[in-house]
Amino acid sequence: MRRKLLTGGVLASLLILVLASPAMAQEELAPASQFVLDNLWVFIAGVLVYFMQAGFALLEAGMTRGKNVSNIMMKNLMDMSAGVLAFAFVGFGIAFGGGELLGGWFGFDFGIAGVEDTTADGLLPSTFFFFQAAFAATAATIVSGAMAERTKFKAYFVYSFFLTALIYPVVLRWTWGGGWLAQLEFPFSDFAGSTIVHATGGWAAMMGAIVLGPRIGKFAKDGTPRAIPAHSIPFVVLGAMILFIGWFGFNPGSELAADEFVMPIALKTLLAAAAGAVVAMSTNWFFDGKPDVSIAANGLLAGLVAITAPVGTVETWAAVVIGGIGGFIVVFSVKFFDRVKIDDPVGAISVHAVAGTFGTLSIAFFARYDDAFLGRENAGLFYGGGLDQFWTQLIFVVVHFVFVTVTAGALFLALKKTIGLRVSREEELAGLDVLEHGSPGYGIDPGYPSNGSPVPAPETSTPAHS
Amino acid sequence: MLQLVTAVIKPTRLGPVKETLKESGVAGMTVTEANGFGQQGGHTETYRGADYEVEFIPKVKIEILCDDVDADRIMDVIASAGRTGEIGDGKIWVTEVSKALRIRTGEVGAEAV
Repeated sequence: MRRKLLTGGVLASLLILVLASPAMAQEELAPASQFVLDNLWVFIAGVLVYFMQAGFALLEAGMTRGKNVSNIMMKNLMDMSAGVLAFAFVGFGIAFGGGELLGGWFGFDFGIAGVEDTTADGLLPSTFFFFQAAFAATAATIVSGAMAERTKFKAYFVYSFFLTALIYPVVLRWTWGGGWLAQLEFPFSDFAGSTIVHATGGWAAMMGAIVLGPRIGKFAKDGTPRAIPAHSIPFVVLGAMILFIGWFGFNPGSELAADEFVMPIALKTLLAAAAGAVVAMSTNWFFDGKPDVSIAANGLLAGLVAITAPVGTVETWAAVVIGGIGGFIVVFSVKFFDRVKIDDPVGAISVHAVAGTFGTLSIAFFARYDDAFLGRENAGLFYGGGLDQFWTQLIFVVVHFVFVTVTAGALFLALKKTIGLRVSREEELAGLDVLEHGSPGYGIDPGYPSNGSPVPAPETSTPAHS
Repeated sequence: MLQLVTAVIKPTRLGPVKETLKESGVAGMTVTEANGFGQQGGHTETYRGADYEVEFIPKVKIEILCDDVDADRIMDVIASAGRTGEIGDGKIWVTEVSKALRIRTGEVGAEAV
């Protein structure tokens, strides 16, 4: 989230070229025009980030079985809706409010009541909240895939409230909220949230999957992981492509201004995604014999998650390398979590937590430019910046890991002890759609009349036969 | 006497089998998607780098109701048009049918076929 003084940039110039007379193209924009462009761009970027919810819903539904499709759609619908409300009335105040608790480690205002104090430069408070709430909903929804096909809906609903009301906002407070990680001698850098957003969801997903245990049938009696194949690969690929599109709001929107940095960020995001998909597919093809479609989709997303933190600091070639490494490690990460018997049906932990943590650490090596977090150029090891930034990034990801795993783990254990976290064996085998939500995801019309059907009986009598 | 010829064949052979049967004068058939295994057993596929067993392999089941005298000829046609020579080509069997009736007209026996 870059906070900078606003100048008339390339994008703004191009826009004004279209909107007004060509003669103005070389001039600085009037502050009022820049104000409108900034708010309009961040609003549109926020809409793209909300669109990612559709991508998550399709991706997760596709990679699981058809008997649980209503349930996973409902979880995506509700972690967004409950998450936005929880973030509005509790989380936002903790993250960006003016109050201080426990020496500034937590703040508190009553949610959006504190919004007036918390605007970024040039943005309306409502623009800033709209954009931030989209990120909170993203962090929350990552968890649903890893906990798919076996979680009680009631428990999941409660989880999504607590993540967006308490856990994610504290991470925000320490980072984009200007807290202790931003006040170190060499401040942390995480431009659009590889760790802050994605790894928060990813590590919470891991704790959810651990506390739940694996799905029935995921591991053979001897412990060998067994595949439970996707029910709709078209959903998987469509979902991944929607997420890819949404990321052009996620990363370039995090500039929080319509300036000359937007397009370079979009370009680096694009290249990292492409590299992630190609490298993941090639790696999986080489080691497992066939190019698996869902792994390639995971690779696209791993490239995107990996570049999310360093996108403001690295050169374009480095974005390709970082996205490619993200795609490479996601293949082995999926195998690793299978081997340690953490059942993650959609690869959410590998994509969001593992690739996100890698992307955050990559800044320590590849940082060339100042992204307004670092406060200096050439901070990366490869540019003679030494290890100063590495220690900050390491502290950041380790403290974040400990905080999220402890709080999310405690939350899931508390849910398990109280309202229960996992459905019964019978319900899991039958599918969650009917028993949790009342009707199957793919309709109850069998295509012919059954008992209670309004179709009248034929009036002609049956011909007699011998 | 009527006979019911039942054949379980590879889905990829359904087209040639149907064409050849029509050419040989068979007026109708019932086709059902089926799953099962025979001598070939199942096989193993991979998804996300992990193996899974395909225990029941997709097949097509054809049922043809016919007169006694036609049963052997229909079996031969299905066998020759359905054969690939690979394992998993399927089976054909014939059972006797005690009664049959055409619903629209009420015709019974050989008239109903």
